Amino acid sequence: MDNATTSGTVAHGHGHAHEHEHGHEELSFIWKYVFSQDHKVIGIQYAITGLLFLLFGFCLMMLMRWQLAYPGAPIPIIGGLLSQTNAPGGIMLPEFYNQLGAMHGTIMVFLGVVPLAVGGFGNFVMPLQIGAPDMAFPKINMMSYWVYFIGGVIMVGSFFLPAGAAQSGWTSYPPLAVITTPGLLGGQTWWLIGMVFLITSSLLGSLNFIVTIVQLRAKGLSWMRLPFFVWAQFVTSFLLLLAFPPLEAAGVLQLMDRLAGTSFFMPSGLVTGGKVLEVAGNGNPLLWQHLFWFLAHPEVYVLILPAMGIVGEIIANNTRKPLWGYRAMVYSVAFLGFMSFIVWAHHMFMTGMGTTMSAFFQTTTMIISIPSVVILTALLLSLWGASIRFTTPMLFALAFLPMFGIGGLTGLPLGLAPPDIHLHDTYYVIGHFHYVVAPGTIFALFAGIYHWFPKATGRKMNEMLGKIHFWGSFVCINIVFMPMFIQGLGGMNRRMYDGGMQYAHNAGLLKYNIVIGMAAWTLGLFQIPFIFNFFASIKWGALVDKNPWEATTLEWSAPSPPGHGNFVTEPIVYRGPYEYSVPGSLRDFTPQFESEKA
Amino acid sequence: MNIPYTVEERPDTGLANGKLGIWLFLASEVMLFGALFSTYILLRIGAPSWPHHELNVPLGAVNTVLLICSSVTMVMAWASLKMNKWGAHRGYLAATFLLALVFLINKSFEYAAHFRGGEYPSHSTFLAIYYTLTGLHGIHILGGMIVMAYLFGPGAKLWKKNPEQFTNRIEYTGLYWHFVDLVWIFLFPVLYLL
Repeated sequence: MDNATTSGTVAHGHGHAHEHEHGHEELSFIWKYVFSQDHKVIGIQYAITGLLFLLFGFCLMMLMRWQLAYPGAPIPIIGGLLSQTNAPGGIMLPEFYNQLGAMHGTIMVFLGVVPLAVGGFGNFVMPLQIGAPDMAFPKINMMSYWVYFIGGVIMVGSFFLPAGAAQSGWTSYPPLAVITTPGLLGGQTWWLIGMVFLITSSLLGSLNFIVTIVQLRAKGLSWMRLPFFVWAQFVTSFLLLLAFPPLEAAGVLQLMDRLAGTSFFMPSGLVTGGKVLEVAGNGNPLLWQHLFWFLAHPEVYVLILPAMGIVGEIIANNTRKPLWGYRAMVYSVAFLGFMSFIVWAHHMFMTGMGTTMSAFFQTTTMIISIPSVVILTALLLSLWGASIRFTTPMLFALAFLPMFGIGGLTGLPLGLAPPDIHLHDTYYVIGHFHYVVAPGTIFALFAGIYHWFPKATGRKMNEMLGKIHFWGSFVCINIVFMPMFIQGLGGMNRRMYDGGMQYAHNAGLLKYNIVIGMAAWTLGLFQIPFIFNFFASIKWGALVDKNPWEATTLEWSAPSPPGHGNFVTEPIVYRGPYEYSVPGSLRDFTPQFESEKA
Repeated sequence: MNIPYTVEERPDTGLANGKLGIWLFLASEVMLFGALFSTYILLRIGAPSWPHHELNVPLGAVNTVLLICSSVTMVMAWASLKMNKWGAHRGYLAATFLLALVFLINKSFEYAAHFRGGEYPSHSTFLAIYYTLTGLHGIHILGGMIVMAYLFGPGAKLWKKNPEQFTNRIEYTGLYWHFVDLVWIFLFPVLYLL
């Protein structure tokens, strides 16, 4: 980013990527890179913070996997570094395992994947793809990142509280979440406060995204000429805007329960430790679950839609063909967004909320699978008859298709109450949603990093290291999650800190934990080429010009990296987003920003 | 670098950025209060008995009138700008601020009376939701007052530089203020009367 221009009016620039240019208002380091209002810098801040949180969340999981593979054995190498209250002699205590579990989920979803997918890619790519000079509200954009950052610090900092971090699961179900380590110094209190910050951040971000997409589209960029990625971000933003506030409300209510002694979620006559709990009572624990899942189901689509958007861009670019069924995909993504608000209680079949409720939510859940299948099918059919370029981003994007497919199809039995009651508390569920989010979404995010890295830095990432990263991750991640389906179908419970050794039916299933553990740690090793590649390519990667992938969308008409204000001349859009291999054309791509016969 | 449509409207959408932004913000606020009202309904349905007439209805009614008046003065503050009457605008904006202040003072009397009687949020589910809803609403009132104070004080300088943008800011503040008022119009019957 050393040659990012800070020119007040980009029209003065010459657009060459490597020309150091001094604008009218040279900003000092802190305003240029720390408290920046430039969407690209904020996007990169989001992306790097998100990647660090993904790594941190993954480390928590590698610790848990040791405990599951070798219950009661001291953790090697780093076991001695853990505090005596968490792991005396390097042996993990159940309470610490629960903290790791709750924080793994929270960190991966709210601090890792969403900030990277929406805050990172959305911020960096979307304004470029619509030909905007920046986001509609640059100051709010900066605030969004820093509020997220504070939320993250609170979440991670909660590990250092006297009783440790939150340990009631990432879903924080009451009454357990209310009565565990009560008071101001309980990890759960800080989890809730952290969530309020994260929700505020996503509100600021999503509002900004919607206004930007509606208001700042370049001349000629009508709705049906928007790249699919922009559509995905648009719908995602609506989900964040409208689904997060109910969790904020729920968070406030749970804070009241924990700090002011109210009983919103506390039923009457609750007995803990042999004593009747002294609360007013008459509360409703199911209320939390409704409010939580009202957010958290749309949140699933917040995780997956940007990934679909990224995959769509990369597939069109590397098949050198238009996306198959672009319009159907757009309508599907909008319908998906709408439906995601009315499927939340399929997470609650186990709660005894009644058959009428179950019947309704089963039906909506089956309906929502249709648009997902439409999008996946369209992406798959886009490959038909193409001469595919197997670049690193394309490999990750291609892997997304079967991985998300497995995740989606294994979700169908969970959407129906009868099989769900058997499978719900087992490893089957863990396998299912990790297939959607880990080899699904995270692979798509890796694809996006390899794809847009040249735009952000002006250099390409190394292909060889990228392929090692891909194949290693692809093999390992399947060995991690595939056995979980077997364990889950065998009835292995997903919340036991020792895997459930005391149960006879687990006897033949526990051995898979060793396999999963090995694969998880190897998966960790295969991220090293990526980390090295990422930093080394910033300095030594092959230099590229504006459009190294020969792509058609607007971001490739800006310099690499684009200066503050993005475009050298105001872009005008002449055609749809994916005009690849147009018959009669001289080249196999006709960019949106080039007029007829340019 | 200039962001387009910060002041003027985009022809094909008919909106300025801020106008769309404030409406989206209000949409998310509807979801926030919607969740809390749903909580109220669910708790009330599930409760064996629900207290009636626990709150000071006359005081609540006075507060309702105060907020409705403040919505009117807020519109006048905006309309005065449209008619280029700076003095009238200052008066109406100050009046809105003062009405909000009196609302909060009334509210604090109400809270204090409850606290003296030992009626804390932990006392019953009704009081819990009462304090949560009115407390959150009070924070929204306070937020509005801070914005008004800014637009009355340091923010007023914008009028000289860019009157159209300043008028827009007053309009967006007004939209927010009407929403806060509207929430109270629901809160008053739900908590005090029903």
